[in-house]
Amino acid sequence: MDLLNHRSGLRRIWREGRQNACVAVAFVALLSILAACSRDGEIDALLNEKLGGETTAFTDNRNAFSMSARNLNTGEKRVFEVGDSFFEQNWVTAPASTEARDGLGPTFNALSCSSCHVLDGRGRPPTDHDDPERGLLIRLSIPGTTPEGAPMGDPNYGNQLQDRAINEVEPEGRFQIDYVEIQGEYGDGEPYTLLMPTYRFIQLAFGDLSADIMTSPRIAPPVIGMGLLEAIKAEDILVQSDPDDEDGDGISGRPNMVWDIERQEHVLGRFGWKANEPSVEQQSLGAFAGDIGITSVHHMAENCPSSQLACAAAVNGGEPEVPAARSDKLVFYTQTLAVPAMRDVEDPEVRKGAEMFLKAGCAACHTPSYTTGPHEIAALSDQEIFPFTDLLLHDMGEGLADGRPDFLASGSEWRTPPLWGIGLVESVNNHTRFLHDGRARNLVEAILWHGGEAEKSRDAFRDMSRDERAALIAFLKSL
Amino acid sequence: MRKRYLVGLLIALAAMATAIGCDALGGGDEVDVKEQAVENYAAGVHALYSKSLSSAREMDGAIDAFIADPTPATLEGAKRAWLRARDDYGPTEAFRFYDGPIDNEEDGPEGLINAWPLDEAYIDYVDGDPDAGIINMVDEYPEITADLIVSLNEEGGEANVSTGWHAIEFLLWGQDLNAVGPGARPADDYTTAKNADRRGVYLATASDVLIGHLQGLVDEWAPGRSNYRSEFLALDTDEALTNIITGIGELSRGELAGERMTVAYQERSQEDEHSCFSDNTNADIIGNALGIQMVLMGDYGAVSGVGILDVVAEEDAELADTLRDQVAVSINLANNIPSPFDNHLTDTVPDSAPGRSAVLRTIESLEKQTDTIVSAATAIGITISVS
Repeated sequence: MDLLNHRSGLRRIWREGRQNACVAVAFVALLSILAACSRDGEIDALLNEKLGGETTAFTDNRNAFSMSARNLNTGEKRVFEVGDSFFEQNWVTAPASTEARDGLGPTFNALSCSSCHVLDGRGRPPTDHDDPERGLLIRLSIPGTTPEGAPMGDPNYGNQLQDRAINEVEPEGRFQIDYVEIQGEYGDGEPYTLLMPTYRFIQLAFGDLSADIMTSPRIAPPVIGMGLLEAIKAEDILVQSDPDDEDGDGISGRPNMVWDIERQEHVLGRFGWKANEPSVEQQSLGAFAGDIGITSVHHMAENCPSSQLACAAAVNGGEPEVPAARSDKLVFYTQTLAVPAMRDVEDPEVRKGAEMFLKAGCAACHTPSYTTGPHEIAALSDQEIFPFTDLLLHDMGEGLADGRPDFLASGSEWRTPPLWGIGLVESVNNHTRFLHDGRARNLVEAILWHGGEAEKSRDAFRDMSRDERAALIAFLKSL
Repeated sequence: MRKRYLVGLLIALAAMATAIGCDALGGGDEVDVKEQAVENYAAGVHALYSKSLSSAREMDGAIDAFIADPTPATLEGAKRAWLRARDDYGPTEAFRFYDGPIDNEEDGPEGLINAWPLDEAYIDYVDGDPDAGIINMVDEYPEITADLIVSLNEEGGEANVSTGWHAIEFLLWGQDLNAVGPGARPADDYTTAKNADRRGVYLATASDVLIGHLQGLVDEWAPGRSNYRSEFLALDTDEALTNIITGIGELSRGELAGERMTVAYQERSQEDEHSCFSDNTNADIIGNALGIQMVLMGDYGAVSGVGILDVVAEEDAELADTLRDQVAVSINLANNIPSPFDNHLTDTVPDSAPGRSAVLRTIESLEKQTDTIVSAATAIGITISVS
C-alpha cells in the first residue's frame, strides 16, 4: 500500500513540474534504498548463530539441549553436574536405601524430571496410557481463585490429574486423547489437515470431576535457556505490553502477574504455557510437587486432597523430601542449560525465511532479541540473546483455547513460547509435535493453528507461495 | 580404440602426478597421520572389547560354577572374576558418547551393560523389604529369561536397572550395608533362602546377556566385515577424529569427573558411587582414566600405533606433551585415592581429610585435562563440544 501511494503521488508531481519531479524521484529512490537497507539489517539481526549469547553451545546432535552454558566457571560446572544427576535420576518410594531420592508420590505423573523432559527436551502426547512417554499432563480447576489469585483446584482431584501412584495408593485416574481431523486450504489451493484433540477422563478413583471442571493439557517444553529468560529485564518485557491495543496492530500482549511464594507478592510471570510462574525455582519446585510428588521449601505438604485417604497416610521421604541444598543445584542446572547455536545462517533459503518471518509479522510477538540484565549467575548477565518471545500473553483464538484461566491469563490466552532450539527438537526427541498440547504434527501445523491476535500472521503464511512457506520453515528449523 | 587408450593413459598419468605431487609437497603427511590414528583407534577398540569379552567369559564360567555348587568359596571365585572382568571393561568407556555401537540411539546396549545407579529393590530383596524385586515376584514373572530381564531394564525409570555389570554385582555382593567392607550377600541366598533357584537363574541369565552384548560390540568393530568399523573408517577423517575426541572429552569431565565423582563427593551419597556393592569404585575410576590415556597414546596393549597425541604433536608438540603429562598425573592421583571410595562420602569426614582431598584433586586434574583435550581438538582443526 505504501509503495502504491508513493507511485500515485509521483504521478501528480510529474504534472506539476519537471524540477519538483526530479527532487521527488530522488527522494523516493532514497526512501526505497533506506527501506531496503533497514529490511536487510532487520534480516541480518535474525541470523545470529549465538542464540544464547556466550552460553551458546555448538552442538546439533541429540545432546543439543543437554550442554552446560559454555561460559560457566569450573566450580559452576560442578554444581551443574550434580544438578544434572538430580534431573535424570528417578525418585523412589519411601522408605528406601537410596535415602537422597526417596519420597516419590504418593500420586505422581513421572519419576524424574527427565521422564517428561527427555534429554532436557520436549514431550509429546502419549498414544495411550501404556506409552512410556510422560510429556503431557492435565491441569484441573473449577471457577474461582485462591486468595493469591491462582486457579481453584477440584475438591477431589486438586489442580492436576496424577495418573500414577505408589503401591497401596490409587492413581487419580487416566486420560485418553481423541483427535478429529480438520481440513483447510492454503491460498494457492493446496489442502492441509490439522488434528483437534479432545480429552476423556477414565478410571477416576474419587468420583466424577466437578460438573464445572476446567482442564488444560500441558506439554513439557525444552529446558534450555531458562536462566537467560529469567535475566531479561522486566521493563523490557513490560514495555511491549499493549493490553488495549492502543497502537491498533491487532496485537495486545498482556503480562501475567502471578504469586511469588518467596516474596509473598504478585510479580511478572515468565514461565509455563500461561506465564503462570515467576522464576525457574518456583517453576521447578512446583513441578516437583505436582508432577513427582516431592515436597520442598515451597510445598511442605504432600499433594493429597482430603478425600484421598491412602495418599495422606503414605510414608513420606523426609520433611521436605528435597532439601533446599539439593533443589538449589537442580534449579542451577535448569537455569544454566545452554541454548544451542543456530545452524545454516549463510543459507539463502534460511535468509529468505527470516524475511518471510518479518513480513508475516511473526516478530510482533516472537520478539527476536534482548540484552539480559543482571542475574545472580554472572554467566547469564548482560548477554545478547535471541529467544524469539515477548513472554507476554496473547489471545490465540478459540481453536487453541483451553477455557481455563490461570492468574490473569484468560481461557484463550497463551504466553508466546520461545523459538530458540525449535529446529533441534526432532534431533533430540525424535518427534515434531508442537504447541501446548502437542497437537501440531510439525512446524507448519503449529503456525496454521495460530488464531486470535495471530490470525493475520497465520493468514499471511497461508497465502504465501509454496517456496516462501518452505523458506519460513527452513528458518525455524535453523533455530 | 587407440584414442580411448591414450585418454586412459593420460588420466592415469595425471593421477600419478597428482599423487606424487602431493607427497612431494608434504601436504599429505598430516592427512596420513590422521588416517593412521583413526585406523589404529579402530584396531584398538576391537582389541579392548575382545579383551573385555574374554575376561567376561571367564566370569561367566565362574558364575556357572558357583550356581552349580553354591559355597562361600565358589561365591568368592565368582566375585574375583567379576572384579577382573570389570578392570577390562572400564577403559572401553572411552568409546562412548558419539553414537557408536555402544551407545547409538537405535540399539546401543550401553544402558543394558552398565546402567547405574541401580534401585536394588527392583531386582531382589533389600533390607526391610524381603519380598521386593523381580526375583521374588513369582506370580508376575513366573519364568526368568533373557528376554524378560532385557525388556524390564530401565522400564518406568532410569534406576530400574535389571541387567548388566551392576545387576550382576548386586546379585554377587548384595547391598553394601557395611561401613568398612563391601556388601556381604551370603551364599545361602543361592541354596536355602527364599527363591534361591530363581536368584541363580537370574544371575546366570544376566551374565549370559552381558556376554551377548559384549560379543555384539566385538563384532561391530571386527576387521574385514561390513559393520560399524567399515562405516567408521569410511567417514571423513576429521569427522572420525571428532567422534574419537568427543568420546574421551565427555568421559573425562561430564561422566567421570562429574557424574561419577563430583556428585558422590559433593552430595556425600554412597548411592552415587559407581560400584557401590563391591566397593570397586576406585578401580572403575582408574579404568576410565586409563581408557582416555590409551586413546591419546594409541597404545591399547595388544594393539599399538599412531595415537591422537601424535596428530596433535604435528600441530603443537608442546600441547601434546602437556596433555600427555596431565593424563598421567590424573591416573596417578586416581591410584592414590584410598579405597574404599565410600569412606570419603560419610557425613562426618571433613573436606580436609586426606581421602576427600585426594578425590577432589583427581576431579580437578580430570577437569584440567578435559580443557586441554578441547584445546588439542582445536589445534588439529576440529571443534568438539563437551558438557
